[in-house]
Amino acid sequence: MSKKIKYKTSFGDQLMWILTLLMAISVLVLMVWMGWQMYHSARPSIQRFGFSFIIGRVWDPVKEQFGALPFIYGTIVTSLIALLLAAPIGLSVAIFLNEMALSKVRTVIGFLVEMLAAIPSVVYGLWGIFVLAPWLRETVEPGLAKWLGFIPFFKGSPVGFGMLAGGLILAIMILPTIAAISREVMAAVPNMQREAALALGATKWEMIRLAVLPYAKSGIMGGVMLGLGRALGETMAVTMVIGNRPDILLSLFAPAYSMAAVIANEFTEATYDLYLSALVEIGLILFGITLILNVFARLLIWSVAKGPKGGSLV
Amino acid sequence: MNDRLRNYRNWMMLSIFTIATFIALIPLFGVLSYVVKNGISALSLQFFTNLPKAMGLSGGGMANAIVGTLIMVFIASLIGIPIGILAAIYLTEYDRHSWLSVGVRFATDVLTGIPSIIVGIVIYTAVVLKMGNFSALAGGFALSIIMIPLIIRSTEEMLKLISHSIREAGYALGISKGKTILRIILPTAAKGIITGAMLAVARVAGETAPLLFTALGNQYWAHSLNEPMASLPVQIFQYATSPYKEWHQQAWAGSLVLISLVIILNLSARFAFRSRSN
Repeated sequence: MSKKIKYKTSFGDQLMWILTLLMAISVLVLMVWMGWQMYHSARPSIQRFGFSFIIGRVWDPVKEQFGALPFIYGTIVTSLIALLLAAPIGLSVAIFLNEMALSKVRTVIGFLVEMLAAIPSVVYGLWGIFVLAPWLRETVEPGLAKWLGFIPFFKGSPVGFGMLAGGLILAIMILPTIAAISREVMAAVPNMQREAALALGATKWEMIRLAVLPYAKSGIMGGVMLGLGRALGETMAVTMVIGNRPDILLSLFAPAYSMAAVIANEFTEATYDLYLSALVEIGLILFGITLILNVFARLLIWSVAKGPKGGSLV
Repeated sequence: MNDRLRNYRNWMMLSIFTIATFIALIPLFGVLSYVVKNGISALSLQFFTNLPKAMGLSGGGMANAIVGTLIMVFIASLIGIPIGILAAIYLTEYDRHSWLSVGVRFATDVLTGIPSIIVGIVIYTAVVLKMGNFSALAGGFALSIIMIPLIIRSTEEMLKLISHSIREAGYALGISKGKTILRIILPTAAKGIITGAMLAVARVAGETAPLLFTALGNQYWAHSLNEPMASLPVQIFQYATSPYKEWHQQAWAGSLVLISLVIILNLSARFAFRSRSN
């Protein structure tokens, strides 16, 4: 960039520059302000409960007892289920679209996968209540209990609304994120890599395994982390199917609660300041976790997009 | 022998990827088919013209929620699109590499990644508590915060695609930088920027969480922007979690309207972009 060149500047020019500069800075200010605003509102709760807020198991607003562990547990378990299902499938979608499909198939299926991301979360929740949860209760959960019932995760009576339903619906919702980022970083792998592998007599799978995946690995990790970030904070669909009960149970069939769900359900019902403050603190924890995840994910994706040899990509 | 094993493994892995891709699409068709099936049977003209009826009564509609969604998305666009585009212009045209730009890009990524319910909390504590009531304005603000990073990202991508020779052509003619941006660069990238804006609108139109404690919801018409306002996603949420069958029907109908809106926006955004590249 030729920074030294002085352009002829008029008043309008200056105004344009200052306006765009202000707007750019406002985004930075917005981020800091949001963090500060939340910290400020959460402070009464932080001061009152300290660390016990995170490890406390009892959430009883009537007795002014606030422990967020059941929500943290529900959030982590549902997000892990989602990750376990969505990461391999999302990666498969990316491989299929990038390395296998013809361009027309790629356009159509690529569009359909994007549509999966475009469906509003509340619609997934509606579908979850009336289609997914009954299906889990009547078919999937009895089956799992019958065949895998010796594992504590699959014990217990089938309810339908619970961590399994939450995890499944999250898997559907984060799959497009993982697929899209994996596609992006796999597209950044130079074709020379692929051709070299093929020229050595590799089969297509060997080419993918030896030439594409190692190169894209950290970017794919980044995509999975972004997916995890989305799963942790996803609110509506989970609220509608997780059962909304602040218990910590091993069974995945059991109703549970998530951090975002308790905020969604109880925020407008918080009758006194400390209650509200405790809910904001849950939000603050969520904010902190997703922020850290995003930073790591972006660093990983950038490292791939730039490429080891610093090609012309990005 | 060894080659046969390799070929077999190749065939197996490629089949797994193909099957997994189709598995990924099952939920899409599952959701769409149920929404269309249940939605159409509950959809009627009254749905678009009537206010919600009390629980148990049939014949109510979601007219106020449909209009409410349009109004709040409009407010969000009014704030979010200009801020987003101007910030993106700064990032591509004035200053691509300084620490400020890196910081702004970082903030943009962070804002894209934080859960939308967080935005609801912040606007509640900052706007709703200060003004003393839930309002459509607060809802619009919340949606605009979700919109800004999306617009910045898409606009920046579009502006980056414009080759430097076009900018240089402007300068060579002695046109000032501001005018080059306004008259040459923005029109060149216009279709891409509009595409991005439409996708951002589609995204926020379906957002529920940021509206729960900002616009709240309303069973009646809101008479000003300073009152609680109904929106399609919040109304769907309230009806879906209610115990009444009539309301469940309404929720399906509302979902059909919402999904149609989102898909139409997505499709037309894609169409606009394709006609540009040809």
